[in-house]
Amino acid sequence: MNAPVRVEQLLPQLDHTHLDWLEEEAIFILRETVAAFERPALLFSGGKDSCVVLRLAEKAFKTKDAHGNYQGRLPFPLLHVDTGHNFPEVIEFRDRRVAAMGERLVVAHLEDSIRRGTVRLSHPLESRNGHQTVALLEAIEEHRFDVLMGGARRDEEKARAKERIFSHRDSFGQWQPKEQRPELWTLFNTRIKPGEHLRAFPISNWTELDVWLYIARENIPLPELYYAHEREVIRRKGLLVPVTDVTPVQPGESIETAQVRFRTVGDMTCTCPVESPASTAAEIVAETLQVTVSERGATRMDDRTSDASMERRKKEGYF
Amino acid sequence: MSAVQTPQDHRALRFLTAGSVDDGKSTLIGRLLYDSRAILADQLDTLEKRAAGAPIDLSLLTDGLEAEREQGITIDVAYRYFATRSRKFIIADAPGHEQYTRNMVTAAAGSDAAVVLVDITKLDTASASPEQPVKLLAQTRRHALLAQLLRVPSIVFAINKLDAVSDPAQAYRAVRAALLAFADEAGIEVAGVIPVSALRGDNVTQPLDVDWYDGPSLLQLLESLPTAQERKVGDLLIPVQYVARDGDGTGDQPRVLWGRIAHGSVKAGDAVQVFPSAQRATVVEVRIAGSRVDAAEAGQSAGLLLDRQLDVSRGDWIATPGTMNEVQRFSATLAWLDTEPAVIGRKYWVRHGNRWVQARITAIESRLDIHTLAATDAHELAVNDIGHVVVETQQPLPIEAYETNRVGGSLIVVDPTSNRTSGALLVKAAA
Repeated sequence: MNAPVRVEQLLPQLDHTHLDWLEEEAIFILRETVAAFERPALLFSGGKDSCVVLRLAEKAFKTKDAHGNYQGRLPFPLLHVDTGHNFPEVIEFRDRRVAAMGERLVVAHLEDSIRRGTVRLSHPLESRNGHQTVALLEAIEEHRFDVLMGGARRDEEKARAKERIFSHRDSFGQWQPKEQRPELWTLFNTRIKPGEHLRAFPISNWTELDVWLYIARENIPLPELYYAHEREVIRRKGLLVPVTDVTPVQPGESIETAQVRFRTVGDMTCTCPVESPASTAAEIVAETLQVTVSERGATRMDDRTSDASMERRKKEGYF
Repeated sequence: MSAVQTPQDHRALRFLTAGSVDDGKSTLIGRLLYDSRAILADQLDTLEKRAAGAPIDLSLLTDGLEAEREQGITIDVAYRYFATRSRKFIIADAPGHEQYTRNMVTAAAGSDAAVVLVDITKLDTASASPEQPVKLLAQTRRHALLAQLLRVPSIVFAINKLDAVSDPAQAYRAVRAALLAFADEAGIEVAGVIPVSALRGDNVTQPLDVDWYDGPSLLQLLESLPTAQERKVGDLLIPVQYVARDGDGTGDQPRVLWGRIAHGSVKAGDAVQVFPSAQRATVVEVRIAGSRVDAAEAGQSAGLLLDRQLDVSRGDWIATPGTMNEVQRFSATLAWLDTEPAVIGRKYWVRHGNRWVQARITAIESRLDIHTLAATDAHELAVNDIGHVVVETQQPLPIEAYETNRVGGSLIVVDPTSNRTSGALLVKAAA
């Protein structure tokens, strides 16, 4: 159905000079955020986009030594919303990475919100992706964060395509798409009232391909499940559903072992891998050049519910 | 990055698309994305489901918000990405209706090019003659003028729906003549007038094979346009964005002054002056990201270490000594974006570079009539109005004319009560 694919059509994507330009823009936004706010935090899940933002933050705020390591500390903590249904290898990666960098990590546990009664699950194995919002907003309130930096990209989804780089959230943490502030030049309007906050998206203008090119160029460490590995999966509604404690086999389904990798990593109940032999970032770049299904379409059960599911979640305060 | 790079223009081209509800703008963007393979199978699948057997509607690709789909219109700027063999593109898709001019201004402010869509079926081309040129729609003039006002470097007219007129050659020539006459009158430099059919895909990515047009396709033209660049030679100007202490942030370590260079370049040994303190110093080290470099130039964020400790904070400016003027009163073009009209004498916040100061509009001198291009007497500006004003700031600022320096000549106006971004100021001159 699509126009025919020829790899050579996408050659500029392999040219790294545009990555320098994207990097400059992202670092500019990160410094702007830290300079304009009192209590910033960086959303860090261990996912690939947040790993990229973390590297950009090192470049923005640290000094590179003779061995190529970044020295110094980031002027803000990292924040992760742990649904309790995260892939264990991602949590392990997150903790290892944070310890190696000597940074401060704040973890907001969805389990705590469930205990407090601010999150009610309709059944125990319900996807916790949408409920993360509650734990996130509770963490913002508790730590009085006035801005959160995140790795959302405009190419991910149609509602994201309309998001500003500095995006306003009211005192209920809500996004008002019709009330978005015009964003002119780089004169960002960072003024907020007490109790409100902003979200800052330094890699707004990056595509999935840019992210992989940058990971390859910068040798950014990622959790292993982003690369090809053997995994037990079930084929369900065109997706490969990983077999886990929270996504068990249903009657009539059969388990198979496939060579897969994850394109996005979120809550275990709604993230699916794709079949792939790509075991390095460069191989993923090559694969991404050929890909015919969008990142979220291939891997997210929650975005499939309706055309507007991301927009609804964002209005409620989602990332 | 260990040394300053002077890459060729491999930067993505940012362009905005301006057009009205029915001009086929969404279809044009859908066509660009589709033909360049930026649309993926599942997104197409969604469209096919909705089309239920009919030909797919490419315009649905760009309407991201629920309210937009309900009303069949676009209400906010959306950003789209695609690439061809030679370039990457970022589209800022601006809705065209009058009440959303603020979105068009938003999209234009960061763009390298503007594609103004002209729906040929809405124009009376049959009775056009040299004596009686085609009468353009008001919105076409408005879109082009806004793009010019914001100094979008390249302005392109795409004449759409060529498939829907009986004599495309005659219609194209007539509309082209009218557009060029209008542009000439308004002082707009036109980068191209391109006939297209977004619906059929004619001349969008594939060149037309007709005897009445031998120019480029829209995409060929876009591939060739330059990106907006601030000048890299001459005197230096840096708005200080962030002041960092070297190392772990403790002790008496040197401070690094970070900011994106507005124009000029900087290297170790250069003499600089700080605004507003007027103190002078010499640059001892230049950094980009986490590394020391030999030099940095306009468009790059540089970190400067000076040979002495000066009182410098965010919002200050660093420049070649003797090149900054203190301005506290200036004339400017004001694009008003807020539903609450501009009030003379009211205190607003304005942001210039990285500094917030209080400011007052002391006079509204005129409003730009988009139909006649003339400045008409006016004493108020409502939402979507553009006018000439005089502004007074609480502190002096190193203001320059927008025409010569985008960074030094632009400000945003913020309502102190609602915190809404209420206006955009483009400086004309000190007053």
